[in-house]
Amino acid sequence: MSEKEKKQSTNISRRSFLKGVGTGTVAATVVPAILVGDAEKAEAQTDDTISTAQIQLAINEQKYTIEVEARTTLLSVLRDGIDTNGNSVDLTGAKLICDRGECGGCTVLVDGKPIYACMMLAMDAQGKQITTVEGIADGNTLHPVQEAFIKHDALMCGFCTPGFVVSSVALLNENKKPTLEEIKNGLSGNTCRCGTYPFIFDAVETAAQKMK
Amino acid sequence: MDTFSYVNATSLKQVTSLLSDSEWGEVMLIAGGTDLLSELKEYIETPKTLINLKTLPGMDSISSDTSGLKIGALTTVAEIAMHPTIQQHYTVLAQAAASVATPQIRNVGTLGGNLCQRPRCWYYRDETVNCLKKGGDICYAVDGLSKYHAILGGDPVYIVHPSDIAPALIALNATLKITGPDGDKTMKVEEFFTLPSANPFRENVLEPNEIVVEVEVPKPKPNTKSLYLKAREKGAPDFALASVAGVFEMNGKTCQSANVVLGGVAPAPWRSAEAETVLTGKTINDSISMKAGEEAVKDAQPLADNEYKVTLTQNLISRAAMMAVN
Repeated sequence: MSEKEKKQSTNISRRSFLKGVGTGTVAATVVPAILVGDAEKAEAQTDDTISTAQIQLAINEQKYTIEVEARTTLLSVLRDGIDTNGNSVDLTGAKLICDRGECGGCTVLVDGKPIYACMMLAMDAQGKQITTVEGIADGNTLHPVQEAFIKHDALMCGFCTPGFVVSSVALLNENKKPTLEEIKNGLSGNTCRCGTYPFIFDAVETAAQKMK
Repeated sequence: MDTFSYVNATSLKQVTSLLSDSEWGEVMLIAGGTDLLSELKEYIETPKTLINLKTLPGMDSISSDTSGLKIGALTTVAEIAMHPTIQQHYTVLAQAAASVATPQIRNVGTLGGNLCQRPRCWYYRDETVNCLKKGGDICYAVDGLSKYHAILGGDPVYIVHPSDIAPALIALNATLKITGPDGDKTMKVEEFFTLPSANPFRENVLEPNEIVVEVEVPKPKPNTKSLYLKAREKGAPDFALASVAGVFEMNGKTCQSANVVLGGVAPAPWRSAEAETVLTGKTINDSISMKAGEEAVKDAQPLADNEYKVTLTQNLISRAAMMAVN
């Protein structure tokens, strides 16, 4: 049994419990949507048409086929998406916090570049390589950034940590030996309300030394 | 967000005809979406259809030659900020682009979107407030909370234009290429923006069925010093409290010509003819640069909470002028 299957079969996690509780509300708020690809169809739309698009996403080197509405964000798909085989995408490392592209909790890599998954439509992520924090480690071997975050205790509550890890990896992929100023700049799109910044900056410096 | 249908654009002709056939606001354009999606999430805009411009070919590149730069409207802000030629010869533009928001936004946000973004006024962005900008009767900043609002050109709507790139482009005498149903037209970036006294609902003169496709920037003379200074709250990634785009043609310490354009202080990027007049033809020193700052804000009309912007703007201009000679 794989790690993931084990997790699914043995535990009712806090998250899956909450998801179950929330289902009623979610179902009630789903409203008809139309989603079309060309001009003629756009003109032919009616308010009661229910239509979704089936898109393919490459997330952490795995292909997913998912039905989405046009308004579905990439973050929604990562956290709550269900593919056409009925399997949850269930990549909840990227966090839904501000949902306005301000806090950085949902940072993922799209074609290697950090972006806010809450501010990208899932439709727009088609044909791109998406890497979430779950795809940063090499199997059970942590990425040097992740190791350095542990070593430097670069978190307190930990909620912002996945976003910081992804932004740090993106920074070090572009700049092997960043100065403190460059680290601050590279991580300027992420917010830590516990204020662990000095530890995070130390961790990135340590990771940079390890990666060179 | 309300639902909408999504059309991947195949040609500019298709886009302008879809826009022409619809009511204002029913069909909207999306590129990076970093501004538009936040408007949709707050129900400030509720379009029925979004046209995805990212599928248009050939609009996301930067080319440069001896006469200047051409930047496609779909070029990301990050690409502009990191482009070596822009950093070297169009420094004010690279610095302005680098000062935009955060890496995650710059990687997605586009040039065209940056120029056409909507104001960040907290009354405008509040779904429950029907302010003058949204067809109501009152600009609530006048008697309300006005810390981030306009000190120049505000009447009757006191928003500030949020773009950093626009002041830089105006200071560089850049031109916009705009496509409409009847073909292309060009216009100075400076003429693109409009004040609320002319139209309280809009920040620019783009017609409902037009689209910004390219920006052309003439190459500055070799003796040009250009820079962008931006004051942000706590220095954190944010929109400008006040900013200055300065392009100075220098002969030693003498300023032969000056373009000084302010951001974050007016409903449109604000060219300070006063500062330009003070600096032009003068040897730049402390007293001249101070005078340029003073003259630039002499007609400022701050609201209850933003008098600090007057001093801030004045000092930014003085500092920009001094940096032209140091």
